[in-house]
Amino acid sequence: MYNLEELYQEVIIDHNQRPRNFGKLDSANKTAEGYNPLCGDQITLYIEFNDTVIKEIKFYGSGCAISKASASLMTESISGKKKSEAMVIFNNFRNMITKTSESKFDPDILGDLEILKGVSNFPARIKCATLAWHTLKSMLDNNDQTVTTE
Amino acid sequence: MLDINKIRNDFPILSRKINGKPLIYFDNAATTQKPISVINSLTDFYTTYNSNVHRGVHTLSMQSTDLFEEARNRVAKFINSQRSESIIWTRNTTEGINLVANAWGKKNITPGDEIVVTAMEHHSNLVPWQILAETNKAKLVIIPINDDGTLNLNNIDTIINSKTKIVSVVHMSNSLGTINPIHELCEKAHKVGAKFLLDGAQSAPHMPINVKDYDCDFLVFSGHKMLGPTGIGVLYVKPDILENMEPFLTGGEMVLEVSYEKASWNELPMKFEAGTPNIADAIALGEAIIYLEKIGMEQIREHEIELTNYALNKFEKLNNLTLFGPLDSSIRGGIFSFHSEYIHPHDLGTFLDNEGIAIRTGHHCTMPLIRSLNIPATSRASFYIYNTKDEIDYFIQSLQNAIKYFTHDK
Ligand SMILES: Cc1ncc(COP(=O)(O)O)c(C=O)c1O
Repeated sequence: MYNLEELYQEVIIDHNQRPRNFGKLDSANKTAEGYNPLCGDQITLYIEFNDTVIKEIKFYGSGCAISKASASLMTESISGKKKSEAMVIFNNFRNMITKTSESKFDPDILGDLEILKGVSNFPARIKCATLAWHTLKSMLDNNDQTVTTE
Repeated sequence: MLDINKIRNDFPILSRKINGKPLIYFDNAATTQKPISVINSLTDFYTTYNSNVHRGVHTLSMQSTDLFEEARNRVAKFINSQRSESIIWTRNTTEGINLVANAWGKKNITPGDEIVVTAMEHHSNLVPWQILAETNKAKLVIIPINDDGTLNLNNIDTIINSKTKIVSVVHMSNSLGTINPIHELCEKAHKVGAKFLLDGAQSAPHMPINVKDYDCDFLVFSGHKMLGPTGIGVLYVKPDILENMEPFLTGGEMVLEVSYEKASWNELPMKFEAGTPNIADAIALGEAIIYLEKIGMEQIREHEIELTNYALNKFEKLNNLTLFGPLDSSIRGGIFSFHSEYIHPHDLGTFLDNEGIAIRTGHHCTMPLIRSLNIPATSRASFYIYNTKDEIDYFIQSLQNAIKYFTHDK
């Protein structure tokens, strides 16, 4: 049995109510869409790259508290980072959330993102937390298709 | 009045605690819980009668055949079918519709024909027709719905016309709770010479079903939504249609005589039951029907109307969410889909689970319908014979707590 508070940390509720970097970004030179058909969650990522650096990032869409907070926290954590650095954060985040025995993550790399660690105890909600990240990854991989979690 | 306490005692799972709280099972539209008599029937079969059915000369085979066919007779009576040969075992509703679309549809739908369904169909009563329409070059026509979740029949006489070959309609919507006017639609279909298929997945468990009275040509439903096990369902086909239908799956059981070159088909209903059937689960479904009939389908419907009125009343007082479907319990089953801008269905589902309450969130296999409501998903609570007003109270209270939890500033 897991405590609800572990999942819905105050910070998560706060990011859900007041998502950071929420909206469209006119200066974006890359966009990507993510979609979870099962719950209807939808996200569009807008990034303005300056060469390989994520100069500015915004997201727009609808989703549950976990997916919204995760997207919001993601934008804060990768803003100003190089693509390669963002990929390292992605891998650490995925390892934290999916919690397999061999997966390791570095709390120093994750920073605030560690707030979402509780999601790993709620298997039905893992896809909510990873939607924004998979959308980001597809953009970094230069894949123009809409990402679905299915 | 049902003796709910007595009924609840027949369902072992209802004494489970979920996250330390008593289980409130409100996901009955997805699948229902099973009474001990159904559970025992399964063990009984495997410990005492287990053997393959039909053509057996040994005692076990004869006994299992008897039980298997007795269950079929019971289903026939349950829906008031004159003949038990009209009852074909399937895995579920989905398989029943696929059987009709393939065995009847492929042969009878010709280019230019029209197939009619409604805007509130479950994917299982939509996708098989989409495919049939495409392969046989027919047109799929949709009966639209009104804002209150009832069918919009304003243009029904244009929609169901001389080109229409089959009208396939959900009896009770699993997303809205709406009970559709089956007599009227069936009559309109027959008037233009079309067949009528009734999706009884949500109605057969909750109200009396009478194929003779409806005059439907096909009826499909699932055992698992009416106290029976998973993996067993029913397709009823009117006798004269059944005689002329080609087989769906082929192989053992469904043949009469086989040479290396060709085969002739077994008598009905075996012609449509290729391979070893789901014997134990069919027998257990018979047991579920015994249980339902002991309570009485009229009484079950009455109990659910009472719960529905009670819940409608409660929902009416909530101004922070939208309830879908008709507000008149005479045309609504105990299914409550709703949406609140203050809480995402997924978060609500997790919150309520923490309170021991099981509801379903998402599109409920009716994606086009949910999309037309302009929301990403709904939350759905659905009732059955073992649910109580106290449970509804606790659910409504928890719902309010959830909205508070996600909207208040910490
Ligand atoms: C109205 C309706 N039709 C069809 C189905 C499909 O039933 P099954 O999954 O048992 O085939 C369902 C089940 O959710 C339903 O509610």
